[in-house]
Amino acid sequence: MIELVDLCKSFGDNHVLRGVSLEIKEGESMVVIGCSGSGKSVIMKHVIGILKPDRGKVFIQGADLWSLGEKDLNRLRQKFGMLFQYAALFDSLSVEENVGFALVQHKKKNRNDIQKRVKQCLELVGLPGVEKKRPSELSGGMKKRVGLARAIALQPEIILYDEPTTGLDPIMADAINNLIIDMREKLHVTSLSITHDMVSAYKIADRIAMLYEGKIVEVGSPDEIRNSKNPVVHQFINGMAQGPITDTI
Amino acid sequence: MLNFFAYIGRSTLSLCEEVGRITTLFYKTLVWTFRPPLALKNIVQQMREVGNRSMPVVTITATSTGMVFALQTYYALEQFQAEALMGQALALALTRELAPVLAGLMVAGRIGASIAAEIGTMAVTEQIDALETLAVNPVKHLIVPRVLAGLIMLPILTIYADSIGLLGGYLVGVKLLHLNPSSFIKNILDVLKIWDVTSGLIKSAVFGVIITFIGSYQGFYTRGGAEGVGRATTRSVVLSCMMILVMNFFLTKLMMY
Repeated sequence: MIELVDLCKSFGDNHVLRGVSLEIKEGESMVVIGCSGSGKSVIMKHVIGILKPDRGKVFIQGADLWSLGEKDLNRLRQKFGMLFQYAALFDSLSVEENVGFALVQHKKKNRNDIQKRVKQCLELVGLPGVEKKRPSELSGGMKKRVGLARAIALQPEIILYDEPTTGLDPIMADAINNLIIDMREKLHVTSLSITHDMVSAYKIADRIAMLYEGKIVEVGSPDEIRNSKNPVVHQFINGMAQGPITDTI
Repeated sequence: MLNFFAYIGRSTLSLCEEVGRITTLFYKTLVWTFRPPLALKNIVQQMREVGNRSMPVVTITATSTGMVFALQTYYALEQFQAEALMGQALALALTRELAPVLAGLMVAGRIGASIAAEIGTMAVTEQIDALETLAVNPVKHLIVPRVLAGLIMLPILTIYADSIGLLGGYLVGVKLLHLNPSSFIKNILDVLKIWDVTSGLIKSAVFGVIITFIGSYQGFYTRGGAEGVGRATTRSVVLSCMMILVMNFFLTKLMMY
């Protein structure tokens, strides 16, 4: 479904990705873990084609993302939904306009159908009746839910979650985790999440990949990662201040 | 010494990078302007923004300029018993130079800054990335409507500034300095040619594109949170004002007859 092959990306002298290879199967929930600033979000932006790799390839459903023309790329992007770390809702629009934004832009439905779909998406994320509110009137958790509603409006086949539980209290974080699992079960989507919240990673992942120094150092099921002998993975998942990650800083 | 050359090299590279980014974004803006569909609703909304927000400052600036210009020229011309020419001088100065340039500078401060702040905030809060993930081109959605609104609204604001500036001058000349109202108007109509007004309007259309594009460019490439937004806003106003003044000379030279 999604295949990253030897992905390299630098920003000036900062070599963020140094050959990332990763495969995500159809219907799978893959979680990429790693320290802050390790390049997890950069991977995600490559998957949806916001960033172009310096080297390497991104394949989505067998198509090389960067060999596509603009029209085909946009058509492919409509198969994606993305939930941003801070939701990235459009401030100037109401919740209803935010959720229905892609539907209006791509003229997928008429006005009544769009309203129905917006209502349906908001109900699916457990936020009925907030259509007329502005993003500034919502709490952090509500913003994430609206962001998720916007991401699923076009009925995507792949959903990307950028730090879905960051900045939320543990109860709200668990509610978001449940929503992510719901999305997979109800909508049968493939998902790629990035996080450093291990509680969330263990709960939502079919497989977990650890990113360290610009490369994927280990991939495995939650149990395999939990029992990993790799000292980098061990230090990270146990949140230890001493270990190979901090020794190299 | 080595540091000095390194500094020169870095500055040159950074300048080339900036010029490259501006050119690329301008090219993309041009391409997306002519690519259907035309987002009419969005353009009208931006035109309303430019018009509504600029009207008060343009009104005050044009009225004050017209009145002060009338006073100053009256006293200068009076020394040669040529005070009747005051209306002509005012009309020519306003339509050719003062109205387009002053309206441009006022709009740069009001609209250029707000465009840079708005798009800059969108950039640092990932709203521009969100547009791309929703398969909506951010240049088409954010920049094209603003540039078209600037292109259309600046000439309209300039015509308004021309009229209100002349009205200010008329009030000073006729009511305060007791010039003959009909000869004041006749003198203006005698000297003012269509080209005087059109050349001012052409200038203002160019200024409209400069202001809205520079505001959009600064906002689009904003990095670094609230501090970055502040920097983008300031740079947008300073750069737009400088560009207006520099371009005004070249446009005047180009349209000289």
